[in-house]
Amino acid sequence: MNVFRTVVTIILAGILTDNYVLSKFLGICPFLGVSKKLDTAMGMSAAVIFVMVLSTAVTYPIQRFVLEALGLEYLQTAVFILIIAALVQLIEIALRKYMPALHASLGVYLPLITTNCAVLGCAILVTENYGSAAYSFGTGYLYALSCAFGSGVGFLVAMAIFAGVRRRIESSDIPDTLQGLPITLISASLVAMSFLGFAGI
Amino acid sequence: MAKKTISMGRNASHHSEQSPVSEAHRGVERISSDSSPEESVDMPYEEQGMTENPACYIEAEPSADEQGEATNQAVSQAAGPALKLFQSEMKRGLLTENPVLRLVLGTCPTLAVTTAASNAVGMGIAATLVLICSNTVISLMRHIIPDKARIPAYITVIASFVSVVQMLVKAYAPALDESLGIYLPLIVVNCIILGRAEMYASKHAPLASALDGLAMGVGFTAALLCMGIVRELLGAGSLFGHEILSEGGFLQPILFFSLAPGGFFVFGLLIAAANRLSRENHLPVRTGCGDCPAAATCSMSDKGGCR
Repeated sequence: MNVFRTVVTIILAGILTDNYVLSKFLGICPFLGVSKKLDTAMGMSAAVIFVMVLSTAVTYPIQRFVLEALGLEYLQTAVFILIIAALVQLIEIALRKYMPALHASLGVYLPLITTNCAVLGCAILVTENYGSAAYSFGTGYLYALSCAFGSGVGFLVAMAIFAGVRRRIESSDIPDTLQGLPITLISASLVAMSFLGFAGI
Repeated sequence: MAKKTISMGRNASHHSEQSPVSEAHRGVERISSDSSPEESVDMPYEEQGMTENPACYIEAEPSADEQGEATNQAVSQAAGPALKLFQSEMKRGLLTENPVLRLVLGTCPTLAVTTAASNAVGMGIAATLVLICSNTVISLMRHIIPDKARIPAYITVIASFVSVVQMLVKAYAPALDESLGIYLPLIVVNCIILGRAEMYASKHAPLASALDGLAMGVGFTAALLCMGIVRELLGAGSLFGHEILSEGGFLQPILFFSLAPGGFFVFGLLIAAANRLSRENHLPVRTGCGDCPAAATCSMSDKGGCR
């Protein structure tokens, strides 16, 4: 029961208080780049959730059973990014072969995800937070996966909200100098401010 | 204020020709006279960031190298004086092709670590080191790396240098390591580094690539420094840890600028200012996916880009 409560807390924290995009600045490039239309935003976010959970599922055991066991923690960055890059390729191939429908909707976003810092950031943060010896492998793994899932959903929520905001921006009259990216960033600032309200929870 | 900075620019300038830099100063003057107070607050700091490297004031070819192609020509004619090449490269990195403010690459660290100016400089230096090393090595290996496997190869090279820099920072600047936290390993996925590898180092000689890495790194550091100074001064009332605005004084620190929303806000205004200045200079504005590292695999590139 206690474990269940912690899992719910971790997921909610990932969505609201520790939102990766709006309070940790991870994954800003897709946030600004692909949030113009709601459907592309959703496709990208779904792909991010998918890759985030899978990459955490792979990197967490590797960190505990390979890197820490052999004293190779300093290779973490290189190993993780290579795992993520390989995993993204594998997922793409597997989806194309076995789930063409899902590939048609997510496939185009997958290559972009390799250089998405939210995915690598999630893998590193999760092993930092839940990878210590204080957690047994089972609970640590469960917490890590739920944290990855929560953060992915948080990314989706931020993207969905921001896609709506951007649609409004497109139809409004904006000063010449602020057109394009500047007004987008300023409205992102306002959205981030609203998420600041959750910090009290 | 604007007058003072102009005379500063003139003193530092070795050639008194009409340089884009002095034009930029004129743009600054105009902006601070007709726009919102935040912008006029922003601008002097941006200049401070630029004065950080005097090279940007030493003007070599004021009109010719406004376009990137001219610089590429200068690179290919490596017979030209090295100093001139250095100057034009520096100017490209700092002003015309500033990776953060003009190409809008590497936004995550720009927003995340700039709550204090010292963090911004630390991040900038770390990224510059990685950029120089990875550019050099990738340029050396540009004939060996097969075209199809180039992105994973670049990522491997970059990741190993990031690990080196990470260990150096952990050993010699543990406080910086603490404050940069996760953003230090995340240099691996910084678009600037992969972007320069793809755009420049894979096509040019090692020395030119190293120089390009240095110029882009300095431009990145300068932009981060601008953000850091604005956000630390307004958010925490200090500069590099020294208290300037105190509680209950004339101007109180505004917490907003230290928090996440303030980062987006200041960055938006800085880009607006940079756009405005470049419009004054008639510089080409970034279009399409030409300099995006993911363009080859991105589905949006058929549709004319994602922005």
